[in-house]
Amino acid sequence: MTTDLQSNTFGVPLRLATLLLMLAPGVGDATTVEEDMIWTGGLRQAYFGDRLITESDDLIVLDAPQRAENAAIVPISITAQIPQTDQRYIKTIYFFIDKNPGPLAGTFRFTPKSGRADLAFRVRINAYTPIRAIAETSDGKLHMSRRFIKATGGCSAPAGSDLDAAMARLGKVKLKMTSAAQMAQPTPAQLMISHPNLSGMQMDQVTRMYAPAHFVRHLKVSFEGEEVFSAETGIGISENPSFRFFFVPESKGLLTAEVTDTKDLQFSQTLQVAPSERQGIVQN
Amino acid sequence: MLSYQGKFRARKPVILPLSGVFLALSCAATSPEHGSCSPSTEIVQVAAGIYVRPGHAAVVFEGDDIANLSVIVGDRCVAVIDTGSSAAEGRALSCAIRGVTDRPVCYVINTHVHPDHMLGNAAFAKPGVEFVGHAKLPRALALRGDLYLERASAHGGHELDASHIVFPERTVTGTVELDIGGRILTVRAHNSAHTDHDLSVLDSTSNTAFVGDLVFLEHLPVIDGSINGWIDALEELSGESIDYIVPGHGPPRAPWPAAAAPTLEYLTELRDKVRSWTSSGGDLASAQANIDLSQRAEWLLVDRYHQRNVGAAFQELEWEDWTNDD
Repeated sequence: MTTDLQSNTFGVPLRLATLLLMLAPGVGDATTVEEDMIWTGGLRQAYFGDRLITESDDLIVLDAPQRAENAAIVPISITAQIPQTDQRYIKTIYFFIDKNPGPLAGTFRFTPKSGRADLAFRVRINAYTPIRAIAETSDGKLHMSRRFIKATGGCSAPAGSDLDAAMARLGKVKLKMTSAAQMAQPTPAQLMISHPNLSGMQMDQVTRMYAPAHFVRHLKVSFEGEEVFSAETGIGISENPSFRFFFVPESKGLLTAEVTDTKDLQFSQTLQVAPSERQGIVQN
Repeated sequence: MLSYQGKFRARKPVILPLSGVFLALSCAATSPEHGSCSPSTEIVQVAAGIYVRPGHAAVVFEGDDIANLSVIVGDRCVAVIDTGSSAAEGRALSCAIRGVTDRPVCYVINTHVHPDHMLGNAAFAKPGVEFVGHAKLPRALALRGDLYLERASAHGGHELDASHIVFPERTVTGTVELDIGGRILTVRAHNSAHTDHDLSVLDSTSNTAFVGDLVFLEHLPVIDGSINGWIDALEELSGESIDYIVPGHGPPRAPWPAAAAPTLEYLTELRDKVRSWTSSGGDLASAQANIDLSQRAEWLLVDRYHQRNVGAAFQELEWEDWTNDD
């Protein structure tokens, strides 16, 4: 067993609990069982109750480095295995980092206009932990893709490395196309928000007060007024949040991002998109 | 003469082995609060009145005695620059100091917040000792202190309590001069570089600068402030007529400005590569997977810190053109 057994949110004696779980039918090997203690011990129930969650990579595939040397900025990507159609689409992806103080790092919402429910973003990871993306389809079914991640890196504090620079730039928003937009095709775009995303978990040793949390909590991206991607985000998202998502430009039009943080500060950005008519020709 | 090139070999202590042993014993006998001197702790004299406890490259919390710790002996008292990764390491340094002088320690200067440089502070926290840090050090310590204590016990096997977090009493913006008797130390606060709160110390008597982690030798540089700021700081310092530096990591002394070259070359190459990655729309994951360094064989701990540096540089450089937007 190489898992970190030091922290156990629910105070269950781990070895005993593990033993009991191992006696239950249909559970994985002992290592996975131990890793999943926080999830099985309450997190899953709190968010999904008794709903069936199918664990497989058939609907979405979660990718992350196995070992993250910079725990403050760990790249995560989720790749959908089905297209977004009006008949069936991925409606929501919940992303959990079991051992983080706020395990639900983000709830991401998609529409048929998203084209693909693919997503790339960056998170903070506090410890060796399972991470999991759970997709809810428009017919109400839940599918989970799970990984285990080793985040180390000693001094890479979740706090920003240059806080003054981050504060000076707070609220700046960039929207950009990462490749040429194609008419009526799923097209990737990137939303970047300059924000220190202070977690509020850091105690000031002098005053023994917690620094107030200040982070991006909501964002919405629309194309020509129709929502293509939105999210509620927590402190697990890295400083300067960055999201790569897809949308389907059916015409020339305006991509709009609206962002709200926990102090109710609002930031926005727009981008004129002129998709190429020549379908199937990918530039770059 | 010491050279920064090639592998560092531990220098013989300047004090004779026999007197070292004797002093160690007398230290244990007369200062019980110091405990006994660790026989593994040696300090080497690099100039008259200047001693360095050499560090050995390792990942923070995965080893002890990582950073170079310095001692400057004045006519009146002693200044200590950085204190190590635990009170035990700080006590061993304190004991080694007793082996070379009986003058009291009056200043502890922390070059920055990282645990291998300042978690030994507690060993020096007593009346008559003033702790000196960058004006932004208290904030960094407040934001990270608890995390460091947690990680020290989770990864390093040390159970460190809150007494290990010692805040500076005197904070520095610009420069401050400290008089330790016959020697004036100029303490200088830098703009964001290795961290956002780096201090360096110049001893004009020996024309030696203690630059903390603004200079890495052997141990791969670690970016935790600003890659742009760090390059600027090193270029500025390179133009100054300093004879020698004591780097935060690497040999206990190296000639200046030659010693700046490896860190500068690494940072400049990394900046060029990450800039071309971000400007062509590449993402973080692919940058971390693909951006290599040309001088891989020249550095230790590449596998532990390079990918991390790519991430830190990426995060900074993808926003460096923000003022030109809109």
